[in-house]
Amino acid sequence: MEKTKKSLGAYFGEYAAFIALLLLAVVLCCVSPEFRTASNFLNLMRQATFNGLIAFGMTCVILSDGIDLSVGSTFALSAIICAEMLVNGIAAPLAIIAALIIGTALGAFSGILVTKGRLQPFIATLITMTAYRGFAMIITDGKPISKLKASIESDFGAKLFETLGKGSLNLGSFKIPVPVIILLVSLAIFWFMLTKTTFGRKIYATGSNIKCANLVGVDTTKTKIIVYAISGFMSALAGLIMISRVDSAQSILGQGYELDAIAAVALGGTSMSGGRGKIMGTFAGVMIIAVLNNGMNIMGINTYYQSVVKALVILIAVLADRKR
Amino acid sequence: MNIEMKGIDKSFGSNQVLKDAGFLLKDGEVHALMGENGAGKSTLMKILTGVYTKDAGTILVDGKEVVFKNPQEAEKAGIVFIYQELNVLFDLTVEENLFMGKEITKGFGICDKKAMRAKAQEVMDKMGVNIPVTATMSDLSVGQQQMVEICKALMADAKVIIMDEPTAALTASETRGLFEVVNALRAKGVSIVYISHRMEEIFELCDRITVLRDGAYVGTENIKDIDLDHVVQMMIGRTIGERFPKREVAVGKEVLRVEGLSSGKLFKDVSFDVKAGEVLGVSGLMGAGRTEIMHAIFGNIHRDAGKIFIDGKEVNIKNPRQAIAAGIGFITEDRKTEGLLLEKSVAENIEITNLGKVANGFVLNKEKQNAIVKKGIEEFRIKCFGPDHECNNLSGGNQQKVVLAKWVYTDPKILILDEPTRGVDIGAKKEIYNIINEMAAKGVAVIMVSSELPEVLGMSDRIVVVHEGKITGILDAAEADQAKVMTLATGGSL
Repeated sequence: MEKTKKSLGAYFGEYAAFIALLLLAVVLCCVSPEFRTASNFLNLMRQATFNGLIAFGMTCVILSDGIDLSVGSTFALSAIICAEMLVNGIAAPLAIIAALIIGTALGAFSGILVTKGRLQPFIATLITMTAYRGFAMIITDGKPISKLKASIESDFGAKLFETLGKGSLNLGSFKIPVPVIILLVSLAIFWFMLTKTTFGRKIYATGSNIKCANLVGVDTTKTKIIVYAISGFMSALAGLIMISRVDSAQSILGQGYELDAIAAVALGGTSMSGGRGKIMGTFAGVMIIAVLNNGMNIMGINTYYQSVVKALVILIAVLADRKR
Repeated sequence: MNIEMKGIDKSFGSNQVLKDAGFLLKDGEVHALMGENGAGKSTLMKILTGVYTKDAGTILVDGKEVVFKNPQEAEKAGIVFIYQELNVLFDLTVEENLFMGKEITKGFGICDKKAMRAKAQEVMDKMGVNIPVTATMSDLSVGQQQMVEICKALMADAKVIIMDEPTAALTASETRGLFEVVNALRAKGVSIVYISHRMEEIFELCDRITVLRDGAYVGTENIKDIDLDHVVQMMIGRTIGERFPKREVAVGKEVLRVEGLSSGKLFKDVSFDVKAGEVLGVSGLMGAGRTEIMHAIFGNIHRDAGKIFIDGKEVNIKNPRQAIAAGIGFITEDRKTEGLLLEKSVAENIEITNLGKVANGFVLNKEKQNAIVKKGIEEFRIKCFGPDHECNNLSGGNQQKVVLAKWVYTDPKILILDEPTRGVDIGAKKEIYNIINEMAAKGVAVIMVSSELPEVLGMSDRIVVVHEGKITGILDAAEADQAKVMTLATGGSL
């Protein structure tokens, strides 16, 4: 009975991001023959991976009433540490795991600044964003590290490293890129975590009303630190996929990625003050940005104009979301 | 100013909140507007002041039909609504608040501070209150903030002031101050619409009373002609019998004991105990430290000294998690800021204290979730569309029932309730009293902090009285009366 109480408007609001995505895709399919090919679709999905992975972590942070500006820097720093390890002859599996652990730790440090240090999330992660980028520059001395795959000694290690960004799963004539699989598996894990676990409830409770959450026995400090750690882990994962794809790493990787991730979360209808939002919305937001970028590139629209168009779409989506 | 509202209808979506509601306000009277939570009092007043638009009906002001499109228009006509959640800018000064949007200028937008201060002082003097106009709002007490709001209304030349639960957050002496101001306003010909759940106030302050029930007009009476039972019957359509239900519970052995609890300037050397099946009332003026003592027992405020014993064993509670593990449940004073995840559903709120019971390990279990939530909604008679109903849209009484449900299901040994019936209507109040009695009957040790003396006297086995952070007396219910409690609460001795 309670389900029928929802008005059509509420349904529309809940799936607004998907409806927008659908409309956008239909329009692009109509005007561009190049857009509507299977290979372009896979390409688009692959491009969406980086922002997607980061945005999933960002969703958790924002749901807990925080924000993480350090994702782009974490992306670069973990990638560079992995690259440095590889060129210095450390086994690939070890380097990859180490980079993921470091990414998680970098995120957790932001969380500690926010909770134990009582800094505002914006300021705390502005600090870590600046610092991590600085470390990345120091380690590389500003120079790119290239030929990563060639410097891996073992065949297995080289294969593993390459698969991360360039591999694909063959399903008949259809080749699904490994990054896309990672993206979709991550989506499933995040959906499960946020909707089906007690930890998910704790994230929502913390973001919805931290005083109340504390009083009902939620360890909000722990919850927040974990959430930032998750964000750091996802940034590092995205960073690894990136260096595997381009076979090199440099300190300016991932600049501005925090903004795309926040945009995707906002597009997906998640409240910037926490407590409200869905991972599926973020996924739709990620896809909207990816489709826009891809479509405008195919149509050969000037990159300067692309930014303005992107801003407009985000504005419209967020305004529509507020109206409900 | 005469106001007549006739045949007012209003629906939100499919939910009709007012049907044929009405109200007649005369010149210079204090008119109580009563009804249970959700009866439509606030909605009716919001329609009058242009916050909502009506679906049908007429509003006559001094015989002429009017429709205010927004609160500003109503204010220009002399009708001001003072909300329960005060509408003040906490970081600004009294003067800045008073003149917000209507600053006196020397031209070119330059403020004439001198003129504004003089005007502010003049209004304050007229009301007989003394609040420094240069003080920052957040430094004032709630009572003073409310006075500033009333001053603001007077500066707008208000002929009608609507007050929604004005005394809910006031101390006893602030309440007296407010009553004096209200009486002074009435003498000057200002009409007051007074919305309150506190029956004693209505009979003391008001001239006439109008009752709404389920969105419809029930009747208007002169206060002189009726008594409390009559009002209650009008409000809920039946008599509720005994206001405070009796409890036949044998008090068992001690469950909680605190010894020498102190925390900075908040409270000092607090010692008391509670036994199984006992209801211990905690009385005192607002700001006496009652709430802080409870927060300290619950581990939410640091204590400098003192010991806490549960079942005779000393426990070291440092945070709410440890308190819950030790078997304490805590229904906090302010359900909106502390008690509820307001934007979350009834289900999520009941589940959040019981995550261990609704999950297998980390993973939530739909059946277990449904079991506990459905039970809660039925047992506590929470009026909602279903488990997914957002708590924001529940009435105060139902919100409080959600808070009760989520704590009762943690099976606490000790249940602390801080102002459990604040802002709750009389029908729901009795349901809450019944729940408290049921908990006591199960052998739970209950601590009930309350500012409403009749409630403390009617419900408690023993009464602890707190004055300025110290316990000034512990009375047995049999020997306690209003005068004794007030004497102790104001620092006197018996």
